[in-house]
Amino acid sequence: MAKYIIRRILWTIPVLLTVVLFSFLLMKAIPGGPFTREVSLPQQIVDNLNEKYGLDDPWYIQYARYIYHAVQGDLGVSMTQRGRTVTSIVGNAFPVSMQLGLGSFTLAMVIGVPLGVIAALRHNSWADYLAIFVASIGWAIPVIIIAPLLIYFFSVRWSFFPAFGWGDTERMVLPIIALGTGFTAYFARLTRSAMLETLQQDYVRTAKAKGLPWGKVVWRHVLRNSLIPVVTQAGPLLGFLVTGSFLTEYIFSIPGMGRYFVDSVTNRDYSIVLGLAVILSAVIVLANLVVDILYGFLDPRIRYD
Amino acid sequence: MSHLLEINNLRTHFFTREGVVHAVDGISYTVDRGKTLGIVGESGCGKSVGAMTIMKLIPMPPGRIVEGEILFEGKDLTKASERQLQSIRGNDIAMIFQDPMTSLNPVLRIGYQLTEGMRIHLGMSKQEAQERAVELMDAVGIPAGRNRLDDYPHQFSGGMRQRVMIAMALSCDPKLLIADEPTTALDVTIQAQIIDLLEQLQDQFGMAMLLITHDLGVVAGVSDDIVVMYAGKIVEHTDTDELFGNPQHPYTEALLGSIPRLDDTRRRELANIPGLPPDLVNPPSGCRFHPRCRYATQICVDKEPPLAPYDGGPGHLVACWHYRDSREK
Repeated sequence: MAKYIIRRILWTIPVLLTVVLFSFLLMKAIPGGPFTREVSLPQQIVDNLNEKYGLDDPWYIQYARYIYHAVQGDLGVSMTQRGRTVTSIVGNAFPVSMQLGLGSFTLAMVIGVPLGVIAALRHNSWADYLAIFVASIGWAIPVIIIAPLLIYFFSVRWSFFPAFGWGDTERMVLPIIALGTGFTAYFARLTRSAMLETLQQDYVRTAKAKGLPWGKVVWRHVLRNSLIPVVTQAGPLLGFLVTGSFLTEYIFSIPGMGRYFVDSVTNRDYSIVLGLAVILSAVIVLANLVVDILYGFLDPRIRYD
Repeated sequence: MSHLLEINNLRTHFFTREGVVHAVDGISYTVDRGKTLGIVGESGCGKSVGAMTIMKLIPMPPGRIVEGEILFEGKDLTKASERQLQSIRGNDIAMIFQDPMTSLNPVLRIGYQLTEGMRIHLGMSKQEAQERAVELMDAVGIPAGRNRLDDYPHQFSGGMRQRVMIAMALSCDPKLLIADEPTTALDVTIQAQIIDLLEQLQDQFGMAMLLITHDLGVVAGVSDDIVVMYAGKIVEHTDTDELFGNPQHPYTEALLGSIPRLDDTRRRELANIPGLPPDLVNPPSGCRFHPRCRYATQICVDKEPPLAPYDGGPGHLVACWHYRDSREK
């Protein structure tokens, strides 16, 4: 097991190198640069800036240089925000996105999964239909609609929660609900269908034929098997949520990674884009690793060595 | 002495979107203590549904027992509460299923799955139950059972898994064992071993057995009596020797004719039964076998034949207007 984990962690190195390479090439492919302005700067100044940030070298030299510094923990400096290092920007934005993401993830797990379980156990009853109806709506409505509605009712009309910003708990409520609703609904549906499939399995009939009370059948024989597809989806989702949701962060003016990402692409702030891409892919790779390890505990047929 | 199990005019129907499936349509039979009843018929004739109805293991809805009684030791299981059924399932009546590959839970250890029933029904501690599990594994021919308690189902072969299923079924010393196609998913050499094992364990544990199969060869050596089912109904019911020696229903004859024989020196083609099993939503009128029966006449289309004693032996029931002896007269 330890060997497997070490091997998987070593595998993230080529993955990250590739991610950086592609981000690099994609950024170069977009016309313009960090110093392109509406009022064009004198050529001399642009040349000087390009030289200072090393942008006058061929791309592979830049790539090599970036990797060389990155492995030493230096992700460079922002090209548009003077005097700020990428590490400090990411260091500020990442915890914010992580809180938002973990909050929404928790919502999806704590509400969505039990909802799916209940719907499946009450299959074809009004509770099932209601849960599926609500879940379908929740999954279908995008953040861009939910968020303004939440703000309108809960901040503007009833003044329950502040409409924007981040920091204290009450500011976190609306963004977490806005981002989490869709995933709560998604996980309710996923859990429900996984449960329904497991309930059809022969071994559930065997358990019933043994004379186990229904609660015990569900608890011992159905739940664990149903959780396998849920975990499959939960891992990448966690990575996705933690690395920031651009829309939610934008609507609620939250200083998270999603916003920085989009802003820095627009500004061609190459070093921030690369820095965020590295963090993002590292988190997703890590989340997938966690999922694969969890598999081993959930399903004994999967063993790593 | 009363019968251990008595089924009276049992009808189990499934209410589906396509209509009502008459899976089991008025069957009656009895099983006595220590005896074996074989139920034979082709796929989809309702034999498995009939067996699973006894323990109410069919999904309800869409399934429903629309009529009939299931008397187990005189008590009607169709009227039993879920709690009463739970105390009977796995305890008084145990079941083994067709596919041992999917009938064990892949994520739980064999030891746990084996001991679950004993801990619930017999109130054993984990240690006691494990001790008995090792004995049971020994009894069903799983070598070194003690070392295998912590293994998972995927570490067992198909035949070994079916042995685990059997050990599990026997764990609470049931009075009746329902074996639903216990050998169908296994290869031929293993089939024989499992059947021998069941027969030997039946003597050892003194239980009655309901053996459901599509394979007459499987029931031949084991059963005391045989019920032949077609399209949700019983078409012939008699003791094993009589059935093989003196089959009266054209369907039984056809089934017997479709078994290849090793000692058959004539190079004849293997007989088959023309046509397809009937649609149980809209079963044929009259005798349900008439569209595939070569002796069928107008009465077979118009009127359903009753399951009645055929002239010969007292215990030989046939549902046919033209049973063999009447044709030969």
